[in-house]
Amino acid sequence: MIRGRWPGLLALSLAACLAGLALGAVRLPPSAVWAALADPSAPVATIVREIRLPRVLLGFLVGGSLAVSGAVLQALIHNPLGDPYLLGISGGAALAAVLVIAVGVGGAWTLPLAAFAGALLALGLVYRLSLVQGRRLDAHILVLAGVVVSAFTGALVAAILTVSPAGRLRNAFQWMLGGLGAASWESLAVVAAYSVVPLVLLGWQSRGFDLLALGDDAARHLGIEPERLRRMAYIATGCLTAAAVASCGIIGFVGLVVPHAIRLLWGPLHRALLPSAFLLGGAFLVLADALARSVAAPVELPVGIVTALVGVPLFASLLRRSIR
Amino acid sequence: MILEANGLEVRYPAAQRSALKGVGLTLGAGELVAVVGPNGSGKTTLLRALLGTLPLVAGEVRLLGRPLGSWRRREIGQQVGVVTQREESLFPLRVEETVTLGRYAHLRPLARLRESDRAVVAEALRRADVAELAERRTDTLSGGEWQRVRVARALAQEPRLLVLDEPTASLDIRHEMEVFELVRRLAEQGIATLLVTHHLNLAARYADRLLLLHQGTCAVVGPPATVLRSEVVARVFEWPVAVTALSDGAPQIVPLKPGEKPEG
Repeated sequence: MIRGRWPGLLALSLAACLAGLALGAVRLPPSAVWAALADPSAPVATIVREIRLPRVLLGFLVGGSLAVSGAVLQALIHNPLGDPYLLGISGGAALAAVLVIAVGVGGAWTLPLAAFAGALLALGLVYRLSLVQGRRLDAHILVLAGVVVSAFTGALVAAILTVSPAGRLRNAFQWMLGGLGAASWESLAVVAAYSVVPLVLLGWQSRGFDLLALGDDAARHLGIEPERLRRMAYIATGCLTAAAVASCGIIGFVGLVVPHAIRLLWGPLHRALLPSAFLLGGAFLVLADALARSVAAPVELPVGIVTALVGVPLFASLLRRSIR
Repeated sequence: MILEANGLEVRYPAAQRSALKGVGLTLGAGELVAVVGPNGSGKTTLLRALLGTLPLVAGEVRLLGRPLGSWRRREIGQQVGVVTQREESLFPLRVEETVTLGRYAHLRPLARLRESDRAVVAEALRRADVAELAERRTDTLSGGEWQRVRVARALAQEPRLLVLDEPTASLDIRHEMEVFELVRRLAEQGIATLLVTHHLNLAARYADRLLLLHQGTCAVVGPPATVLRSEVVARVFEWPVAVTALSDGAPQIVPLKPGEKPEG
């Protein structure tokens, strides 16, 4: 156990946001960032307030949401490999997004809308498939249904990409690796509208996930209705992930690894795990995005590449140090 | 009565015959009743029916005088502690944290643990004799320690009724005896206790009454000496046995080898 969880996480979050505001194609000193935040007429106010601030906030919200979703899904399906994208959501979103890009109507408005619709369709399909014999929503069947839907949409995406012209192929590819380039105050508002209620609901029920991780029988005897909690959590994480994917594409790794990092540092009780995962996931994605914007400037790397390249070694060293 | 059930019938989907038929049971405070019977005779099904996790075709269960169907899960969790046969530990906790999960049914969502909750947890750890393990991680415990920790978690629910499904499966003599001693002690402290076990001989020594299940029906119910008679046990378990008695009168079953005759 490491002490100072909350001061540490809050300081990290703040530092990540400052870095996100300062780094990019134009590198700003902290004083300039501060001046721009305080005064709308400062010289770099437009860059900081209109471009970077919504991007940083969106990154934080999406990173946090993915980490919370991952943490909840790992308990939900009794599997440490749980990931927000495991349940077919990313597959559905990717299929819809690639479709509109291939047809040539993939714009700032149509792309997120299509991705969101595709994610919800996949979510509904997986849900329906796992309702065998009544309304059990069994953990194993849920995973199988998710894998099946992902495989199917993956095949369709590959088919569409194969027959697409090269220029559009590149666009689709970039979208699938994720990025916060489309961030704006409007997109932040839309994602926030879809995220706040699910996040509050999941946080409210956080203790239930401690019980759910013991298996349905034990959970039931300790006082919860596993099926009801699973249904709520499935829909809530689905909404969070769909909103994240629609606005930023498929950003891998955050949802899988951030919850494990928190568990290794502070243990697996969800009442503290979920808010911690939100902070660490948010800070991690904001930092990854700052790197993605600045390492190869003016070219912007897809942020999904950075989350994996930075996150894997960090996590591997954490894992090695905690298992002795 | 803490628990009353009568005429219980359960049928699994697509099954030819009922898994449980016409079984009844009463259990009062401080009483220890053991459910015994061959594999597949309906022991676990009976527990599930009594705990309301299986739909009944017929019959009724009353907990503290109230029909079980009118209880919410959370309310049951405040009155009934259960040690199930199996449980996953996906993300191992410390022992004290594990036992604290038993307080969840008493806590509002997000509410902090009260002093009284901590006291109940400490008391549960002490009663189940696992206080010195409090800081250990559950994945480092032996089988016997883990079972006692799960009993402690059930005690943290402050149960009027404690239900244990084969708590000593795959434990050695010492750990098995420790669990039986613990369960007996808890019953004497006033908890109505229901125990499913394959250990006829230990059940005969520790339980007030036995309920012997045979193909989903109740073959006999009563004090150990009236239930464990050689012809009954031989018929139900389909194997010849001899019955001896310990000095305190508890009957003890000795399975016979083929062709062997009971002594005396």
